[in-house]
Amino acid sequence: MTTQSLPARTDAPARTPAGQPAGRGGRRLLRQRAGRQHHAGPLAYVLLAIMAVLSIFPLYWTMVAASTDNTRVSQTPPPFLPGPNLFSNLARAWDEAAMGKAMVNSLIVAGVIALSTVLFATLAGFAFAKLRFKGRNLLLMLVIGTMMVPPQLAVVPLFMMMAELGWSQQLPAVIFPTLVSAVGVFFMRQYLSEALPDELVEAGRVDGAHSLRIFWSIVLPVARPAMSVLFMITFVHAWNDFFWPFVVLDMTNPTVPVALTQLSAGYVRDQSLIMAGALLGTLPLLVMFIVFGRKIVSGIMAGAVKG
Amino acid sequence: MATSTTKARTGEEPPGRTGAAGTARRRGALMHRLDVKGAPYVFVAPFFVVFAAFSFYPLVYTSWISLHDVELATLDVMEWVAFDNYVELWGDSRFWNALQNTITIGVISTVPQLMMALGLAHLLNYRMRASLFFRVASLVPYATSVAAAALVFTMIFERDFGMINWALGTVGIDPVNWEADKWPAQAAISTIVIWRWTGYNALLYLAAMQAIPADRYEAASLDGASRWQQFIHVTVPGIRSTIVFTIVLSTIGATQLFGEPLIFGQGPNGITGGADNQYQTLGLLLYEEGWKNYQMGRSATVAWAMFMLLVLAFVAQRLIKRLRSRTS
Repeated sequence: MTTQSLPARTDAPARTPAGQPAGRGGRRLLRQRAGRQHHAGPLAYVLLAIMAVLSIFPLYWTMVAASTDNTRVSQTPPPFLPGPNLFSNLARAWDEAAMGKAMVNSLIVAGVIALSTVLFATLAGFAFAKLRFKGRNLLLMLVIGTMMVPPQLAVVPLFMMMAELGWSQQLPAVIFPTLVSAVGVFFMRQYLSEALPDELVEAGRVDGAHSLRIFWSIVLPVARPAMSVLFMITFVHAWNDFFWPFVVLDMTNPTVPVALTQLSAGYVRDQSLIMAGALLGTLPLLVMFIVFGRKIVSGIMAGAVKG
Repeated sequence: MATSTTKARTGEEPPGRTGAAGTARRRGALMHRLDVKGAPYVFVAPFFVVFAAFSFYPLVYTSWISLHDVELATLDVMEWVAFDNYVELWGDSRFWNALQNTITIGVISTVPQLMMALGLAHLLNYRMRASLFFRVASLVPYATSVAAAALVFTMIFERDFGMINWALGTVGIDPVNWEADKWPAQAAISTIVIWRWTGYNALLYLAAMQAIPADRYEAASLDGASRWQQFIHVTVPGIRSTIVFTIVLSTIGATQLFGEPLIFGQGPNGITGGADNQYQTLGLLLYEEGWKNYQMGRSATVAWAMFMLLVLAFVAQRLIKRLRSRTS
């Protein structure tokens, strides 16, 4: 079993009671039930291998197409092995789709959104999980309710607002509406309800710490594993978000997905160029997945137990 | 509990003390009470402030705009037209076409996607080597943006040199015109959606499956249930709430479908969803009305239609659930 990722913190504060590793939440559940599972037979491996190939093949083929030229791409049978032109095509796509600018923009947008989502979700999640206040349940219901509202419903007035603020075609137009996330608040609340012992918060109070201090020195260390997962998931979403950036940004100042539409817009389609662009736009997230894959997987699963 | 601690603390204070130390302590207690009472609201405030400004207010404003004529070029000029936009939308064949496409693409992308996710989760739930590899691999499509995924699949589904038609040709099937013909186009677009989201849903199911108590399986196998029967009678009911959750999420996603059909119909036909609007969705129609025909009021009307579709879908789901529980 590989579900005990989200490593328990080793540098936990001295106040953490022994035997209470931070973040014992859903993973304890997962581990204790692991014993009953059947072993996979050959058929399961074959089916899973087919699924893995189907998952990965389109990306592999993106790379193949991006590394050949257009005459080779349009031959039958299509090429299945990489050609020699990968770097020249990547360079062309970098220039023609303004990928440099798009990458920087996407990095800023996704970075700021992920940071602020994590910070505000942890603050609100802590309040909902461990603090008592009037209207708590009502407000929490509101948070959950907002998850059901499709963002497209608000897109026309939002566009008008941005025009009025002078933010059309500017990054703040993409950043501000997504600074917080209801899913994030809910995720952190679920995590902290289980991972943060009440006694720890009380101990802080007895020591005379005010709420912000408790948040800073007790909650943040405990929440860090969940925060890093939420950061990565939010980053992926913000990087890939398409509809609103497409509406409010133009080609002079695009994010990566918006820049990619530029490549396919012409009448004569340069397939190798398009695939090189698609590869460029996906590469940063693929690297992130290869490095943090285990964390992202367990994070999505941990968020889902009570989903 | 925070409040009980507070009371205990203030109660412990020796009564009737005077002098500087007492005043300081009383001021400290006041600050403490203010902090305990006020801090939670400060902590949740950022979420609600941003949500109110950039989601709730625009949401309400959408309905107001839908009762007006507003041109994209002159956004501050709003002419009151009452329900004209709604009447026109009702009589517009493009709307009914887009509505129908949204529903059909939604069904043929969501149903197979969730079924495959269920099967995949079941496989991933086995004890095996390389389980982490298989999990990460099934999640890789989720890391791909709509734009990149749609570009790749557009090429794979290309009529003359696309991989799918080549593969069909090797087994003697005539090439399919995936872009121009209605059902092939909708199937191709659904493929993109299915590819991107199956692994994600599978992980949600897997998490829920691992939380099913082992004794239920033991009881079932004592009763002589086969593995398939255990899957149907223990696993599926055990993760029912997660299944409902994913149905809700996918329904919301399907209502808003935009990037996949836009990029699949590359070039000038993108926004109209193909030469005959054969895969124009409500999301595309919303964009076409607002940013191609410059009619923001009508665009807002389409947004409301999308919302109503969503509400109807959930009412229908509820009804089906109630009918089912009554019959069983």
